[in-house]
Amino acid sequence: MSTKLSGPRSTRTSGRGPVGSGLPRTVRSHVPITATGLVVKVVLLGLVAGIAIWAAFPLVEAGKWVGLALLAATTAGLFYLYLTPRHIPAKYLLPGTVFLIAFQVFPVLYTASTAFTNFGDGHRGSKDDAIVAIQSSSVQQVPGSTEYTLSVASEGDPVTGPLVFLVTDPATGAVSAGDAGGLRRLDAADVTVAPGGKVTAADGYTVLTFGQASTRSQEITDLVVPTAGGALRSSGLSRAYEGRAIRAYDAGCDCITDRESGRTWTADEKAGSFVAADGERLAQGWKVNVGGENFSRVLTDPNISGPFFGTLLWNFAFATGSTGLTFLLGMAIALALHSPRMRGTNLYRVLLILPYAMPSFAMLLVWRDMFNTDFGLINNLFGLGVDWFGQDWSARATVLLVQLWLGYPYMFLVATGALQAIPRELTEATSVDGASPWQSFRAVTLPLLLVALAPLLIASFAYNFNNINAIWLTTEGGPFPADNPRNGATDLLITYTYRLAFGAQGAEFGTAAAVSIFIFAIVATVSAISFRSTRKQEEVYS
Amino acid sequence: MRIRTAGVVAVLGLALAASGCGGSDDDSSAPATKESAGAAGGKLVIWADDKRTAALKPFAETFGQTNGVTVEVQAVSKDLQTNFVTASQQGSGPDVVVGAHDWIGNLVQNGAIDPVQLAADQKSGFNETAVKAVTFNGQLYGVPYAMENLALIRNTELAPEAPKTIEELVATGKKLKAEKKASEILCLQSGQNGDAYHIYPLYTSAGGYLFGTGANGDYDPKDLGVGKPESIAAFQRIAKLGEKGEGALKRSITPENAIATFTGKKCAYLVSGPWAIADAKKANISYDISPVPGFAGGKEAQPFVGVQAFYVAAKGKNKALAQEFVANYTTKPDLAVALYNAEPRPPALTAALDQVKGSDPDLAKFTEAGKNGQVLPAIPAMAAIWDPFGKAEAAIIGGADPAKTITAAGKTISGQIK
Repeated sequence: MSTKLSGPRSTRTSGRGPVGSGLPRTVRSHVPITATGLVVKVVLLGLVAGIAIWAAFPLVEAGKWVGLALLAATTAGLFYLYLTPRHIPAKYLLPGTVFLIAFQVFPVLYTASTAFTNFGDGHRGSKDDAIVAIQSSSVQQVPGSTEYTLSVASEGDPVTGPLVFLVTDPATGAVSAGDAGGLRRLDAADVTVAPGGKVTAADGYTVLTFGQASTRSQEITDLVVPTAGGALRSSGLSRAYEGRAIRAYDAGCDCITDRESGRTWTADEKAGSFVAADGERLAQGWKVNVGGENFSRVLTDPNISGPFFGTLLWNFAFATGSTGLTFLLGMAIALALHSPRMRGTNLYRVLLILPYAMPSFAMLLVWRDMFNTDFGLINNLFGLGVDWFGQDWSARATVLLVQLWLGYPYMFLVATGALQAIPRELTEATSVDGASPWQSFRAVTLPLLLVALAPLLIASFAYNFNNINAIWLTTEGGPFPADNPRNGATDLLITYTYRLAFGAQGAEFGTAAAVSIFIFAIVATVSAISFRSTRKQEEVYS
Repeated sequence: MRIRTAGVVAVLGLALAASGCGGSDDDSSAPATKESAGAAGGKLVIWADDKRTAALKPFAETFGQTNGVTVEVQAVSKDLQTNFVTASQQGSGPDVVVGAHDWIGNLVQNGAIDPVQLAADQKSGFNETAVKAVTFNGQLYGVPYAMENLALIRNTELAPEAPKTIEELVATGKKLKAEKKASEILCLQSGQNGDAYHIYPLYTSAGGYLFGTGANGDYDPKDLGVGKPESIAAFQRIAKLGEKGEGALKRSITPENAIATFTGKKCAYLVSGPWAIADAKKANISYDISPVPGFAGGKEAQPFVGVQAFYVAAKGKNKALAQEFVANYTTKPDLAVALYNAEPRPPALTAALDQVKGSDPDLAKFTEAGKNGQVLPAIPAMAAIWDPFGKAEAAIIGGADPAKTITAAGKTISGQIK
């Protein structure tokens, strides 16, 4: 390939001159084509094509034509854009847009669409899946029936020939061959039976080895040999039993009937379950659209909406506290280290960054253990007996303290950077004008700092608003009032809803998605308001 | 023009190369299987956690070699159950999965596992409780291989005699504390949010129950015992052992520090399972194992019995082979012994237990402690119990009013059971 690239190489030696006689000079004249650029382009486009072809196979296999069309259109669009000399701005915008759609827009849309379904444990698949699951889990061995020794065989070719079960009755030693047509006895002279009852050879049949049989697994599982009592089914590759499905689906009444008890469960398309007349539901349900039910449940269910506002209040306090305290401490240290009289600042800086360098996941667990009443470092060190996580306010203070420790190095870092960008002449000018250090800080340094840091503070607020780790790994939302195990003193909306969605009878993704949309709305509103006020501030100071 | 042609040719070449690389990964399952079909056979994929993967590998290889198939054991170290349910829904799950029996309810409601048909003589080789544990709605859903339950592990230097009642245990513990030989009476983990599994023996001894049993012996989610007068009475007795009472049960004893406190000789008694023994041995503690004692004049203390089992995935690609492996291969004692060697829990197969019993006296003691145990409920409703029940326990240990707390917990739980 590289030999073919002699063209661009020669242009490089000739400096910045226009490339290739056939190219339109007007467009390309200011964009020199280098060998590296071309190689990068070729490799990237090659990768795009490769990924597209790789993704196409499963789509074709699953018959997802819409997805395939989308894939083809996207790939064609990408190729067109990067092979044409026109549309320069689009070339810069497109990669970001593609990633934005793939990693932001699509998950948000998926979450939103999940919020309108009952997707969750017991309601994951389609109705057909549920019917198959109900029928196959109701297959029971016919009481008192024989358990046969099984050899899987085929008529003719072991790979393509029709399958046959060669079964040996353990009591009589009689061998029969069975397929969809039923069982028929084989003459004892025609078969070789190993000790234990397994047929090793039979006239007219090819006995399959496990290896051969296992490649036809699906056919073996699907093969049922009708018998008087039910049907002969395989249990693995070496045993067969007579079983029958107790429950069966009847399309006529759209219901499941139990042959033994005669009970019926009728499909309820709204709930995605088979429901009996007395309200009993079969465990295996399917995914259905439930409309706004998840949303109305969040608003009307007293269990959810009752503690909502208290939690929301603490959630704001936590996010504001985490952001505000870390900012104050981080900025104070940054100011102290910014002073020209300070010595050994580099050493201090390294030490101060340490908490930031440690994995917060582990640190949260360490802090939780340090606050243990009887065995924790804090109580042992100070000779206290405080039940830190056992009382509402001490638990809240503890959580904020841990957040402070984890978060201030970040604020220190960004504040240091922002401080260095503020010209010293400004503060010097204020001191010439006779302002006290405090006045100069209030009037000059802080506003300029805030202009740079306000967007970061808003981002930090939004992050802490949903900081599930900080709570889940320390208090798990506790302490909980004795009469309400649903909602604890340090619960954030996210921990609270996590418990709601995953603490009950299996995971309820539908509810979880609905609640996360509510949380998204809250955070988005808060952020929008804050950004607007920041912009006003910037206008004032700039 | 030459450059552009060159570029296009190069792009196409790379595209083919890239898709070739990617494709070979993707296609390896289909053509490779076909290709090896003549020589070898199909492929069996097993999912297990890290420890068991290591123990299973040699056996899986033997099974593969004897039968001419490829067996792949894949370790899923985190959230095995959730990952299995999700993957099997996507059609990318394994053929066999190894896990705890209390997953069965959830796996069945998601249509993720198929029943296993064992012959009567195979079934009779297992511990009866283990078979009961993997039976759900009258169907056998897995093949058990190990069992586990709580017992009382005591430091024989500090407490030579096994206590017959909790009161006796507390008296000895208090004496040791007064003599400064220990700092805690009893190491029974709770934490700030409680631990339903570990408090359960005391709860049953004091007369409480979680679910009533229906006519067929299955747990009945409609008969919830939490919030009933029996449960309140039970927690009134437990409250007396709490922080405001005897101080034997404490929220400061957490899952993280309970075993360490015992091996640090700070408490003479530990309520824990077979998994704690390795630590006790490492710390050179002289210990003995006895059943968890009940309250004086109360019922027996019944720990939960949990079972580890092999399941056949309902949406596996090679179900016949998976059935063969689970029903006819994992029922052999050798595998159970190997899994025991990987992690010493009593094997569910009686023959395997007999094999290892001689070299490990602890096993028999754990089995003895679990003899009157109750099978951990596998019904999906059990998932609604853990959290509220644990929190109620923690609150009561901390001094909250048992009647109020348990009534609220009962209400929360019944609200979450469908």
